[in-house]
Amino acid sequence: MNALSIRNLHKRYDNGFAALKGIDLDVKEGDFFALLGPNGAGKSTAIGIIASLVNKSSGQVAVFGHDIEREHEAAKQSIGLVPQEFNFNQWEPVVEILVNQAGYYGIPRGEAYLRAEKSLKRLDLWDRRSAQARTLSGGMKRRLMIARALVHRPRLLILDEPTAGVDIEIRRSMWAFLREINTQGTTIILTTHYLEEAESLCRNLAIINHGRIVEQSSLSGLLSRLHTEIFLLNLREEITHLPELDEYLLVQVDDVTLEVELSRGQSVNDLFETLSRNGIEVVSMRNKQNRLEQMFINMVDRDRSRIAEGKA
Amino acid sequence: MTRWSCYTVAYRTIVIKEVLRFSRIWIQTILPPAITTSLYFVIFGTLIGDRIGEMDGFRYIDFIVPGLILMSVIQNSYANVVSSFYSAKFQHYVDEMLVAPVPNWVVLAGYVSGGVARGVAVGSVVTLVSLFFTDLEIHSYAITLLVFVLTSILFALAGFINAVYANTFDDITIVPTFVLTPLTYLGGVFYSIHLLPQFWQDVSMANPVLYMVNAFRFGLIGVSDINMGIAIAIILSFILALSAYSLNLLHRGVGIKK
Repeated sequence: MNALSIRNLHKRYDNGFAALKGIDLDVKEGDFFALLGPNGAGKSTAIGIIASLVNKSSGQVAVFGHDIEREHEAAKQSIGLVPQEFNFNQWEPVVEILVNQAGYYGIPRGEAYLRAEKSLKRLDLWDRRSAQARTLSGGMKRRLMIARALVHRPRLLILDEPTAGVDIEIRRSMWAFLREINTQGTTIILTTHYLEEAESLCRNLAIINHGRIVEQSSLSGLLSRLHTEIFLLNLREEITHLPELDEYLLVQVDDVTLEVELSRGQSVNDLFETLSRNGIEVVSMRNKQNRLEQMFINMVDRDRSRIAEGKA
Repeated sequence: MTRWSCYTVAYRTIVIKEVLRFSRIWIQTILPPAITTSLYFVIFGTLIGDRIGEMDGFRYIDFIVPGLILMSVIQNSYANVVSSFYSAKFQHYVDEMLVAPVPNWVVLAGYVSGGVARGVAVGSVVTLVSLFFTDLEIHSYAITLLVFVLTSILFALAGFINAVYANTFDDITIVPTFVLTPLTYLGGVFYSIHLLPQFWQDVSMANPVLYMVNAFRFGLIGVSDINMGIAIAIILSFILALSAYSLNLLHRGVGIKK
């Protein structure tokens, strides 16, 4: 069953701007799905429509088979939303925010307090339960929004840039938490600008640009289409001159770092052997760019060129 | 859990949230109207009132007490909903309700009930203060309570509509300052419209607040410039019209959805 099914979704704002130009999208139940795209591509508009915060112009959206217009209560009951911007009452105590949110879903106050306690403890916010939300740090506010989105136990969790502006330690702990709830059966849709995040967490993805889906596939399938990869090699000793190798394109970054571009089919072992023959010992290596990031940039550039050609 | 029990929980959640909101800041919400109205009682009732003499057969302070109580109800019911719902829009936490399966009528009923709760709280405090200045002998408890609550509902609805259209904090003060206060002051709070020339009496009849003040005065002291049946019918008509309009705004997502 599809957790989310979108057909021919259009959105034109009152100022005439067409944010979505007929997107189709399917997300399977249990998936961890990334919706990627540059700023202004239409990601937040699509999420806003799914969550009933934005009125669509035309098209159909169904959540677990429930149309968001005809069966809006069933659809809403299935969705938990973590928006991009902080959208809670800054003056309200943390626990009240969760209890009220549960109340809007029909969960009585006694049960809501128990659920709030569990969520806040899991996200390390229980000690701050009586604090006004405005006094929390940025990372705590992000976690509060996740706790709030989960208080009614939705089957589909939508996160719009959930780790924006949080430090790496908190980001990693949030990733672990999201993996855990996905393993327990919650379908997750994630938008993020940290492509490392999407590559680490998601199994399937769609790339949206200028209001259109330009790619939808599995992460592994997408990455297998990457024709070249650029690696940075850290050397044991400084090199004085760069050897000329016919089969590899080498660039010296600094005295102890080389950049090399490998095309698909070229072996890393062969590279190391060749370097070794030339007296260069590699102590470690890493991708210059995140692989998904490289693919993402290629696709968005290609789409931009297509649009430019169309206009010409 | 049935659909109706879910709605009941959601409604109670909004009401509790609203009551806690104005209770936490009682120094801003409950105390000021009590002090302001006490000053009205002292100045217009005790100091100037004796020189004015009787109005419609009552001491002046006894005549103005109903109007002053209702004025505090009107202003606070309105203020509670307009400031609360606009803040929810401004900080975007209105989204918490929009993403949840809460029907529009539950949202409206919750906010209006919050406004009524504040109107009743402030009106009760002002009534208690008035007992220091006058001996209230209530003419009709039923009419007094009915008008008290209906007026509060009506202005809570008006506050809701103001909040939906408001785009800045200025927008939530314009209507109370330039519309609500003049209508209230010219709505027979301080005088009987029989004191006015015929032309201004006719003009005053277009002021809805006049009907509420007179209906409430009738409930408290038994005199009114207006027929009671007409007054109640007008109040109910306004409530129905504003409710329908508010629900339509929510349905279309005006001011809250893109």
